[in-house]
Amino acid sequence: MTSQPQTSPNTENPQPVATAQPRPTPGPDQPTFEVQGLNVWFGERQVLFDICLRVQPKAVTAIIGPSGCGKTTFLRCLNRMHELSPGARLEGRVRLLGEDLYARQVDPTLIRRRVGMVFQKSNPFPSMSVADNVTIGLKLNGVRRKSLLQERLEQTLRMAALWDEVKDRLQANALSLSGGQQQRLCIARALAIEPEVLLMDEPASALDPQATAKIEELVLQLRRQLTIVIVTHNMQQASRISEITAFFYAGKLIEADQTKKLFTNPSHQQTEDYVTGRFG
Amino acid sequence: MNDLHHQWRKAKNWIVSGLCFACALMVLLPLGLVVFHLIRMGASSIDWAFLTQLPNRAGEPGGGMANAIVGSLILISLAAAIGIPVGVLGGIYLAEYASDRRRASIRFAADLLNGTPSIVWGIVVYALVVRPMKGASAYAGGLALALIIIPLVIRTTEEILQLVPNGHREAALALGIPKWKGIVFIVLKTARQGILSGALLACSRVAGETAPLLFTAAGNDSWSRKLSEPIASLPRQIYDFAIGPYDDWHRQAWAGALILMMVALAINVTVRILMRGSSLPSGQMTQM
Repeated sequence: MTSQPQTSPNTENPQPVATAQPRPTPGPDQPTFEVQGLNVWFGERQVLFDICLRVQPKAVTAIIGPSGCGKTTFLRCLNRMHELSPGARLEGRVRLLGEDLYARQVDPTLIRRRVGMVFQKSNPFPSMSVADNVTIGLKLNGVRRKSLLQERLEQTLRMAALWDEVKDRLQANALSLSGGQQQRLCIARALAIEPEVLLMDEPASALDPQATAKIEELVLQLRRQLTIVIVTHNMQQASRISEITAFFYAGKLIEADQTKKLFTNPSHQQTEDYVTGRFG
Repeated sequence: MNDLHHQWRKAKNWIVSGLCFACALMVLLPLGLVVFHLIRMGASSIDWAFLTQLPNRAGEPGGGMANAIVGSLILISLAAAIGIPVGVLGGIYLAEYASDRRRASIRFAADLLNGTPSIVWGIVVYALVVRPMKGASAYAGGLALALIIIPLVIRTTEEILQLVPNGHREAALALGIPKWKGIVFIVLKTARQGILSGALLACSRVAGETAPLLFTAAGNDSWSRKLSEPIASLPRQIYDFAIGPYDDWHRQAWAGALILMMVALAINVTVRILMRGSSLPSGQMTQM
């Protein structure tokens, strides 16, 4: 572990494995993300238009909208994964706890250690055991102490509600787990490096209802410990697990509000049409 | 009328599928013939003396090909030591780092090199190494074989790496793992059996090459004490003995050919076993 000052707002898991420079302690009202005037292109095609959004700390923000509206692209701008796509270009400002993510001197790998990500398709590393999948992020980020790795392994598998199911087969190949377990393993893998934020890109879309329920339960557990931004095409899911919901349509953020208000009394006609199932 | 039509349809089906079967048989037939003939002519001559003794003087019966067998092993090891690291690194560059345009041109160049007749490599190395060093050597022979290995391994490595789903690279990057670490510890770990198989097959391919060794490794009737001396090799020895005038040489040439064939078989079986444990879709390797 590093010996840098404790600056993370996450009190139960106070220290990230590797931190950049010491950063300012966030005030109580400081948003986790502050997105201003975000415009994004793939080559010549603009996919996001002038997005402004504040993501509240230790809450679940759901992003909904029809396919192709830019939900996933927006999510990938929050941990600098977007720029990995060929032809990707971006303008505007994204601040993580006040720090400009796209400032010249910022190392994207350090950002990604603070902002974890879970993908739509579960992708555990196939040549590794369950245990190695969880600890690989720590190991490759320089943690070598066996006792610490062991401790984090159990802790994160418990956080991901997977420990009881896999504790007897930690050395089994990760692909021997069921689909739902694999996705929770990916969540554990992301949590192991103690991120401040977890981005989830339709994490349950490929799972059956039971496995989906477990993921949702997990999200409700985790939101006490870290900020979660979740993309979902399932509006019931958004209403069940999120405090804030943002509705995207055709690359624009139409509306972002308290989840309850957005679903019952939206301010925009388009939102109402979408949440009542009139299109999309 | 209807019945006749039915009969004719069945007959057509029978004729065409019979033709297809005959064509498929033509692939297997030469292999069967070669293996059968090699075993018939060579098996009886593979004995302890053949494996452990130097060739006798011309015309004297007896002796063996020990120096050629060891020489071939040395040449292949040298070629592997040069060719595999260069080829694997090149393949990694191609699959993981190169831009689309660069990838297309390097891939085209590698394919072109793969189609280059192996005698050309012999001449190139002769001009670049043998002449300046004033003599054939194991180094020159190993280099000539390595030049054949490199483009082969580049292409197989690249193809295997492309089988690794992109989700694994993204997952690694999303954990804040630097790109090179993700490639070394995650992507390569997933692909290692395939890459190793490709490298082995490339070695198997050059094990039987004769042309590039003719004027680079030359040949040697005895043991080579230094890598800077000419060295014997199995294909070259087979060539010399097969066109020689003595029956005993012909006998030994058959035995040498059988050994080469068995080496190729052993490597292919190893690759099959390796790929069985792989976490990547297999079945592509053995065609290369």
